[in-house]
Parts: sequence; C-alpha cells; structure tokens
Amino acid sequence: MATRFDALMARRGEIMRRALGMDYDEFELSPIAFDYERMMTAHGYSLDDIVGIQTKAGVGNTPLLELRNLTDLVRSISEPGKGARIFVKDEAANLAGAFKDRRASVSIHVAREKGYEGVIAATSGNYGAAVASQAARNGLKCIICQETFDSRHVGQPEIVEKGRVCESYGAEVVQMTVGPELFFHMVELLDETGYFAASLYSSFGVSGIETLGLELAREMTALTGAPPTHVVVTHAGGGNTTGTARGLKRAGATATEIVSASVDLSGLHMASDTDFNRKSFTTGHTGFGVPFATWPDRADVPRNAARPLRYLDRYLTVTQGEVFYVTEAMAKLEGLERGPAGNTAMTAAVSLARDLPREATVVVQETEYTGAGKHHWSQLNFAREMGVEVRAGDPKDNVPGKVIVIPERLEQIEARDFDVARMRTSYVRNALKNAPGGYAPTAGDIAFLAADTNTDAATVEAIIASLKEA
Amino acid sequence: MNDDIRAREGDWVEVECRLLDPADRSKNLPPETAEKPLMMWVKGFAQGEAGRGEELTVETMTGRRVTGVLSAVSPGYYITYGDPIPELTHVGRDLRRRLAEWRRAEGGER
Repeated sequence: MATRFDALMARRGEIMRRALGMDYDEFELSPIAFDYERMMTAHGYSLDDIVGIQTKAGVGNTPLLELRNLTDLVRSISEPGKGARIFVKDEAANLAGAFKDRRASVSIHVAREKGYEGVIAATSGNYGAAVASQAARNGLKCIICQETFDSRHVGQPEIVEKGRVCESYGAEVVQMTVGPELFFHMVELLDETGYFAASLYSSFGVSGIETLGLELAREMTALTGAPPTHVVVTHAGGGNTTGTARGLKRAGATATEIVSASVDLSGLHMASDTDFNRKSFTTGHTGFGVPFATWPDRADVPRNAARPLRYLDRYLTVTQGEVFYVTEAMAKLEGLERGPAGNTAMTAAVSLARDLPREATVVVQETEYTGAGKHHWSQLNFAREMGVEVRAGDPKDNVPGKVIVIPERLEQIEARDFDVARMRTSYVRNALKNAPGGYAPTAGDIAFLAADTNTDAATVEAIIASLKEA
Repeated sequence: MNDDIRAREGDWVEVECRLLDPADRSKNLPPETAEKPLMMWVKGFAQGEAGRGEELTVETMTGRRVTGVLSAVSPGYYITYGDPIPELTHVGRDLRRRLAEWRRAEGGER
C-alpha cells in the first residue's frame, strides 16, 4: 500500500513545476544530457538586470578588504619569497548577513513578478534568513523548513539561531527532527499553499551569485591592477563555487584559479539522529560538498544550477578546530568577528597563501554574520555538552564527531587536497546510473559529461571504460 | 520548564506534531533515525484553550492552520555564547605579539 510519502512523491513533478514557475523538461537533451547554459539564461535577466535587482534589495557591493595583518603573519611562517596577499569580501555586510542574500534576492524578485502570494524554502542555514528578509521587503509570506532538533528535542544552536532570525523577519518556521523527509514536507506545503519554491539550486538563485564574482574581479583589478590569481570559496551544495566562478568568467577573469574549501566531516552520516549534534558546522562541510558535487541532481529541482565540478580547480578540506582557531584570529587581528562556517575558506586560504609566491593574490569571497548560537564559542561549548572532546594540539588528530583539536600555533594549519579526479569519476558513475538500464551514452552525452566535469571527451571515455572494468 | 502551562485563545504558542511514524519514513535511513518518528514543531496563535500535551490548533504567521499538541506558550530563544574557550583565549595575544616581532625584524609594516 502506498504511504502518504509515496503518494505525494508520485505527484512531486507536477507540484514542483507549478511551484518553480518553469518547466525543466524543455532543457532535457537525452537521458543524460541537458542544455545547462540555456537553463541558466532562461529567466531572461542580464547580469546588469540582476545587479539592478540586488541594488534595490540592499544586496551586493560589499567591502573588499585587504588583510594585511593576516598576510604578514602567514609570511612569518612561509619560506622566503612566499606568502600571497590575502583579501576578503565581507559578505556579512549584506542585508541579512551573508552571501545567501544574493541568491534570495533574485528568487524573491521572480516570485513577486510572477504573482505568487508567498515563498517556501527548505534550509537550516543563512539562506533561510536571506529568503525571510527579502520576502519581508517584498510583502510576500514566507515559510522556512528547518532540520533543527535530534529526537531528544536538543537543537543545534546555529540552527536555532537561524530559526530565530527567520521569525524576526516575519517568517513561519517549521522545525523538524533529523531526516531527509524535510523535503517531503516542503513539497506538501508547496502543494497546500501554492507558494513559490525558492530553491537554493534554481537558476534564479545561482545567477544571483554571479554578481559576487563580477564585483571581486573588478574590485581586485582596481586595487592591484589585475583580477585575483586565486579565489577561495566555502563549499557546501556547490552554488557558491558555481555562481562565483561564472561571475569571474563573465568579468573576463578566466585565469583565476577556483579553490573550493569544506570542513572535513568524513565519517558522520548526514541523516543520523545521533551524529546530528556531534558536528559543529551545519554547512560548508564535506557532508554536503562531496555528495552534491558528485551528483548535483539529487537537489529539490529537476536539474541543479549548482554544478561545481564544471568550475573548481582544487578542493581543499580543513578541520573544525582549524576553522575555530582562524575565526578567533580574524576577530583579534583584523577586527572581523564573523561566523565560523563562512571562515572555512579563510582557513584554507591561510594554508594556500603560505605556499604561493608573494605576488599572488588570494581572495576569500565571503564572510557571514555571527551571534549567540552561531558563534565559535557557542559551538565549542555545545560540542563539549554533546560529549565531543575539545582540546589543544595538532589538528591532524581531529576525528569528526569525536575530537575537535584546536591548533596551538598558526603553522599547524594545513589544508588537505581532496582528490578531484575521483570526484569526477564518481560523478560520471552517478550520471550513468541515473540513465535507464542499457542506455548507451552518445557523442552528445560524452560532450555534456566533459563540460560538467571540466575535462574533455577522451577523459570521460577513459572514465567510462574504467567503470566498465570495475 | 513549567509543566502547568495553559494556552488561551490568541496566545503565541508552539505545537508539536508527529509528521511520520517510523514505518512511514524514508527508506535507507540509518537505524538510529529510522526507529524514531519524524517530529515537527510549529508556532502560531492559539485557536482555543489547551494545557500542555492537549490538542490545539494554531494559526501560523502565514495564516495556515496547524493542529498538534501544545508544547510551549510564548516560546523563547535560549541560545547563548557560553564560557570563554580556554584553548582559544591566548590566540589573539600570541598572534599579535608574533606579528609585532616579525615586523620589527623585517623593518616595519609593508
């Protein structure tokens, strides 16, 4: 017998078509390929239009700051001639305190233009605050669905704070225990209300991040005479990497290396009731970063606009303790008290800059607001309460969910390279697996997979051959 | 927490709902999640009177009506910063000192 879950999921396509206000079928080319660029531009907004929408929304044009103290400290631990200049785009200066405002501003503009009465998003992160804030400005109703509590009703403090801020912007916040059925209830609510689905992964949202890449290319050119040599991006679902990289390209910064960075949460299960409160980061971690990069279309839209393997050159991981150390250092050295999750890329940048020549320029492209619950002290006190050991030492001894090791010295911070070639193989495996059984990829499919993995046809064919052997 | 809470018509309250029984949950969940029901909490204005654990309908901020059992009246936020973290308190002092020493040795700030 079909459960309520199955019955709703059978109608999911039809509900989402109405809620997204667009039919993704028109972009499909084959059981594997779709026209990504056509999907990204189908909304009809130019980059200038988006800049205009965001200016009205109180979003964008955030300060680009050079971090002279951090740069000199990194140089103090680098080999002679090394230690790149480090900059940060202070995205916490956006209306609701994070780069997510860029995403939400475009989605909410679209929802209003299309005449929806309200918007719904499933998010436990800053995106909820961004959607709620923009909905308030546009007179739209707003429901945010959050995974907040474990089965004992103990809330992750960062998510509880995010719920508070959404409510302060007038949103209805639906809080749940751990489980992917959050998306099931979101679809149920979309069906019940007829509201717009402000998905994190729609082309509206990801297009909204392109302005960040555009701004930082122009601002770095004005400041240093050239676009940055490296941009480091805190990486979760992949939208931040995708949108920023697209914006850089549109600004002509084609030589800039795109470095994604996530907190290593390997070994923790994202749907586990017991692991849930044993992690101190609710975003920017490998628990989202790896599965979404290797299969983007697991998202709540038929085709995900966030496709980070198209754009990233390197993927670095750092530990929770390293990020907490750098978060503390940023406040004390640079006067920037910001949220830890947004400092994930900053932590990777410290490690990266140490190995680059002094002439190189590294831009960390976001910060996020902080406060009770989100603050690194809140998170560390909570981790202790949940039985996680917190101690000073060598971050190499970090064990996600068990031990958070806070470095004793700056030179102990060392980002690790995640194997991008392995991620590409995994992505191709998933793309083939999701096509109907026995389907043989065409030349067009190979070209699509090459673009989606930032490789070439020969590489994709070699991956497919290796998968057949295995 | 006060156990004898009572909601009156129009109070701002929170209700608890059992959204999915364990048997109806998604497949492929880890066992520690699969054996638990999926619970939900929603806030709104009470549409009637109820005591803790009694059924109550609320009207949410968007005007939806949701029925559950009363779990809180005037639900607040108790997130905090907590105590200073001993493993972090020295970081600012140490790094500023180190920066000053390095700059002295290098002949000043860039």
